[in-house]
Amino acid sequence: MKHPVKTSVTVVAILGSVVALLFVLSLGVGPVPLSPSTVVRALFGAGIEEQRVIVQEIRLPRAVLGLAIGGMLGLSGAALQGLLRNPLAAPSLFGAPQAAAFGAVTIIALGLADVRSFALPAAAIAGAFGSVFLLLVVAGRNASLLLLILAGLAISSLAGAATALTMNLASNPFAALEIAFWLLGSLEDRSFRHVLLALPFIIAGAVLLMSRRHAFRALSIGEDSAQSLGVDVHRLRLVVIAGVALGVGASVAVAGTIGFVGLVAPHLVRSLVGHDPARLLLPGALAGAGLLLAADIAVRIIPSTTDIKVGVLTAIIGVPFFLYLIVRERRSLGGSLT
Amino acid sequence: MSADFLVADEVSVRLGERFVVQDASFSLPPGRLVVLVGPNGAGKTTLLRALAGLLPAQGVVRVGGQTVATLAVHERALRFAYLPQGHAVHWPLPARDIVALGRYPHGATDPSRLGARDAEAVEQAMAVTDVAAFAGRRVTELSGGELSRVALARVMAVQAPVILADEPVASLDPRHQIDVMRLLRQAADGGTLVIVVTHDLGLAARFADTVLVLRAGRLVVAGPPAEVFAPAVLADVFRVEAYRAAHEGKPVIVPWTAS
Repeated sequence: MKHPVKTSVTVVAILGSVVALLFVLSLGVGPVPLSPSTVVRALFGAGIEEQRVIVQEIRLPRAVLGLAIGGMLGLSGAALQGLLRNPLAAPSLFGAPQAAAFGAVTIIALGLADVRSFALPAAAIAGAFGSVFLLLVVAGRNASLLLLILAGLAISSLAGAATALTMNLASNPFAALEIAFWLLGSLEDRSFRHVLLALPFIIAGAVLLMSRRHAFRALSIGEDSAQSLGVDVHRLRLVVIAGVALGVGASVAVAGTIGFVGLVAPHLVRSLVGHDPARLLLPGALAGAGLLLAADIAVRIIPSTTDIKVGVLTAIIGVPFFLYLIVRERRSLGGSLT
Repeated sequence: MSADFLVADEVSVRLGERFVVQDASFSLPPGRLVVLVGPNGAGKTTLLRALAGLLPAQGVVRVGGQTVATLAVHERALRFAYLPQGHAVHWPLPARDIVALGRYPHGATDPSRLGARDAEAVEQAMAVTDVAAFAGRRVTELSGGELSRVALARVMAVQAPVILADEPVASLDPRHQIDVMRLLRQAADGGTLVIVVTHDLGLAARFADTVLVLRAGRLVVAGPPAEVFAPAVLADVFRVEAYRAAHEGKPVIVPWTAS
């Protein structure tokens, strides 16, 4: 058997390089294509002024958000899968982005959204926290796959309906349209104000989740056993809910709903680093960052008359992948029915 | 060590209106194999979990003179090694990593970075339970018997003064049942207090020093197997009549007819 630690160090190094490459590519793609070497020069303040402005002020915030949000979504997926001991757990299946969107949309509809105010991320974080908390309360201890997904479906539908109601009641039809587009999820035209609004919460959420990584490994043998090994399972749940809510809520607040990265990313790396939930967190985050950066590059180079939103693209790719996972997990799904 | 190493004083567990365990009191010395028996629904698992501090209970449990309820979760983990029913492992991890989880209470949370003492405890537990040969294999590829030995090795690696094992021999073939009971017996002979829940009265009669009988949440009889498994108790608590004999100085109990 290969040495697991060496393998994960290698995988993290390779994934890190891929993410760095995509990051530089992301800075070069757009109406004014720039070569990677031009991008790197502009990034460090060299080259023509126009190029510096394009790279540093227009594309850098977008790339930073892609990196941070993708990474956070991948990490949240891996952490939820670890907590629930279930490869089908992910923020978007539990209605977390949808609930965060409801929180954010309420703020927008009330006319309180301002890129200088923390009201938007605060409302989105509260929405995400509420949804994950409600899910774990409804599903209960040792919930089966089926129960979690059903509860997630209900919560995500509820959040969707609440969002629809808010749009319905919006006095200004243009506001409703703006909300509808914003909901699709995008990293376009973001500034460093947006980065500042989201990044502190994303970092806090990531630190919370990473700090509990060894507890996820202990949970591999069930909640009672983990508790008997000294893991405070009750507190762990709260920490994970808080971490996921901070990260997903802040992400949704600045980028709208970008789903399924958290579901897909851990699966991409599991075959490379193994199933140990503690060893999956960092590679899962890197895979998430890579996925979102790649999707955000793709929406800029796919020829189309109107902009394709990155959230639409991740869902178009993510949902068939989810169906594939259901087929693969069919036996355990069926098993939980009996 | 004293005869009151593990003390339960009027321990009760209530689920809603119903007492699942009511006023269970006993006092046990170290180095014993204690078997907890009783009909289905008598509260055996609940009592075991209450002892380990895994669920809220009324009354007092003391281990080595300290009240369990006042111990922090990690301090409790150093005193009680708990083996739940079923030995579920949710991810296909290598057997060695599962055994190494036994060192988690000692602060060794990463199986790939074990200190010398932790690594030795893991190796020793795997040697005793005969797990070393398949330590690198994924637990999902193991047979039921192999998996039960991995679970047992994990519990032994804790090196806790008390082992609580919930139906460790259920769904094992006779050979592996004897294996597991023999290993628990060895642990008891080595000074550990081992409490085992089982439905197998035959194994209880052969391996136990002390048998506790639980009926409808109450501890009704306690003592050595030869006394506890008297015809009157078997008829009263288990509603069976048993074939009784002796072999190699141990009582043989085979439930024979429902009474």
